[in-house]
Amino acid sequence: MAVNKQMEKTPMPEQDPKVRAANFEEVASGYTAEMAVNEAQRCLHCKNRPCVSGCPVNVQIPDFIALIAAGDFEGAYQAIRATNSLPAVCGRVCPQESQCEARCVRGIKGEPVAIGRLERFAADTHMNGQTECAVKPVPNGHRVAVVGSGPAGLTCAGDLARLGYAVTVFEALHAAGGVLMYGIPEFRLPKTIVQQEIASLKEIGVDVRTDMVIGKVLSVDELFEQGFEAVFVGSGAGLPSFLGIPGEELLGVMSANEFLTRINLMKAYRDDYDTPIKRAKQVAVVGGGNVAMDAARCAKRLGAEHVTIVYRRGENEMPARREEIHHAREEGIAFLFLTAPVKLLGNEDGRITALECVDMELGEPDASGRRRPAEVKGSNHRVPADMVIAAIGNAPNPLIRTTTEGLEANRRGCLVVNEETMQTTRDGVYAGGDVVTGAATVILAMGAGKRAARSIDEYIRGKEA
Amino acid sequence: MYTILHKRPLNPSVTLMEIDAPLVARKARAGQFIILRVNETGERIPLTIADHDSEKGTVTIIFQKVGGTTFLLDTLEEGDALLDFVGPLGRATETEGYRRVAVVGGGVGCAIAYPEAKALHGAGAQVDMIAGFRNKDIVMLEEEMGAVSDRLFVMTDDGSNGNKGFVTVKLKKLLEAEGGYDLVIAIGPLPMMRAVAELTRGYGVKTIVSMNPIMIDGTGMCGGCRLTVGGEVKFACVDGPEFDAHQVDWDSAVKRLGQYKEEEHDCRLMKRFGK
Repeated sequence: MAVNKQMEKTPMPEQDPKVRAANFEEVASGYTAEMAVNEAQRCLHCKNRPCVSGCPVNVQIPDFIALIAAGDFEGAYQAIRATNSLPAVCGRVCPQESQCEARCVRGIKGEPVAIGRLERFAADTHMNGQTECAVKPVPNGHRVAVVGSGPAGLTCAGDLARLGYAVTVFEALHAAGGVLMYGIPEFRLPKTIVQQEIASLKEIGVDVRTDMVIGKVLSVDELFEQGFEAVFVGSGAGLPSFLGIPGEELLGVMSANEFLTRINLMKAYRDDYDTPIKRAKQVAVVGGGNVAMDAARCAKRLGAEHVTIVYRRGENEMPARREEIHHAREEGIAFLFLTAPVKLLGNEDGRITALECVDMELGEPDASGRRRPAEVKGSNHRVPADMVIAAIGNAPNPLIRTTTEGLEANRRGCLVVNEETMQTTRDGVYAGGDVVTGAATVILAMGAGKRAARSIDEYIRGKEA
Repeated sequence: MYTILHKRPLNPSVTLMEIDAPLVARKARAGQFIILRVNETGERIPLTIADHDSEKGTVTIIFQKVGGTTFLLDTLEEGDALLDFVGPLGRATETEGYRRVAVVGGGVGCAIAYPEAKALHGAGAQVDMIAGFRNKDIVMLEEEMGAVSDRLFVMTDDGSNGNKGFVTVKLKKLLEAEGGYDLVIAIGPLPMMRAVAELTRGYGVKTIVSMNPIMIDGTGMCGGCRLTVGGEVKFACVDGPEFDAHQVDWDSAVKRLGQYKEEEHDCRLMKRFGK
């Protein structure tokens, strides 16, 4: 088949920024079949498959792209699904630009093949069209417990279920999906998509139990007593960091977790749901990651007139995806770079009115390789705000660690694992995702869940032998 | 789903429900709480566990109709079910090692003071209980509280039961009388808990309060329930809900509790109940 020589990615239709900044519907609507085939034909099918080595869950990218090019969309989906439990999620939220697409040979002279968009197309086409039931794997008689139903837990559960394990996933909240449900907003990742992905895992036998806070209602030890032979901990990084500056107790100051959970999990933006949400006029979001972009864009959609990202380093140092920064800017989000709050100011009712900020300048690179910001003395100034959202990171939730004997954690509260096997310091207990790395990405968590599933399988088969 | 096995009103605005929740009941301890959601569109609200029966697999909750969700909850009857019921959350009360304890409850707070008194009494402490209500018509759990305390004093703001005065009036007398206490536990509206804290501070008696801030997940995830205690930020859901009353920053706790007042008044649910 002739290669499509087009230098740029086939564009994906998006809602107009002005329109979408007032609704929670998905920003991009996805490829049509024609667009997908056109884009798929840009793939060179390199012999050494550099893109595959950039994928944490080892999707056989050129294979599924060839199937799309040939018009076999269901075949393409199955090819992805063979190694990836959440294709529709990954097609939307993976940072492809720093993974598979970063290694694409087409990217040397032009734009890389739009691998993420094609993955999303294959997954969406499957979800919209499929009717046949998934084939349940033959049970192998072994039980595994998975704690947490975020990307790491679901991946681990899916991989083990496909090997015939009876897997039970325990979720603390009332809906499965973890950060995919409470964190990432509807306009980037529709919740029906997440639930469809989970439904397809249930079809292959994964049992999901919500309202179960492991560490409280059942301990890890009790899971073993109940007959689970191994436990995977994927409880995420749910403990929000606050700014640690005066005034943080003021009303209208909250963590991004609280703001986003109200909106995404509790659907506070919808009139038919009961959970309240503040509708502020001037919102300041402190932080520079994807969570900061998500919070800012949600605030805008709730009707805020001015939404400003306050970030202590420069634009190039922002950890957020370029696409998210671009989308935020298109929607009218303002950016204050090299600015750090030192104090929050309130009125007599105890409500936030402004942030006192200082200018920052960048010095020598720090441990993260980014230039370290330093305060410019005497540069104090005020940024007015009636809501301040702290999006400066999350640490692992201590609930499992503090209720389970023999689980070692590092200084930051992250569980210590063997990075090859994902085994913790306790026999039979594995962990992966943000509970190990601290807040990172969906796909890295999925990669960890995948490695853990392989190790758990070896561990249980090893006991049998 | 979590079935309501038993429901009864304790006074015109306070209801007791016994919920079928065997796993929660098995682990529940005094001082801990649950989070419930009535239906798909509902809020998650925290309620302190008022009683539990591990054998029967039930957890008792007692709530006052104060907001949309509690009004909605009260429309459910025996045989109906709650969509979500999560727990037991938070830290349990430390009940060991106390000799003489005063447990002070205010209004619906008595529902939570009761299991504390029961646990302390069960652990061998001598328990005096002071229960305060606005008037005699809304007195509740009198028999239950009497059964788990050595002495029970029921006070009314208007004196309609013959004992006029706030709980602090009685507590002050008891503090000054024989023996003193090695622990005071106060549970009720914030102004009452604060008044108890101010009183006991002067006597140097260790005092514990059970805080009930706004909460969403109940597992340490959102930080909505944060309080300033001893100059540090604490999350009521995982660090509490019980704290040293003399360390709590009461001004900020009062303000934080009222932060969604305007939104609540605007809420569809409240309108449905004519509020």
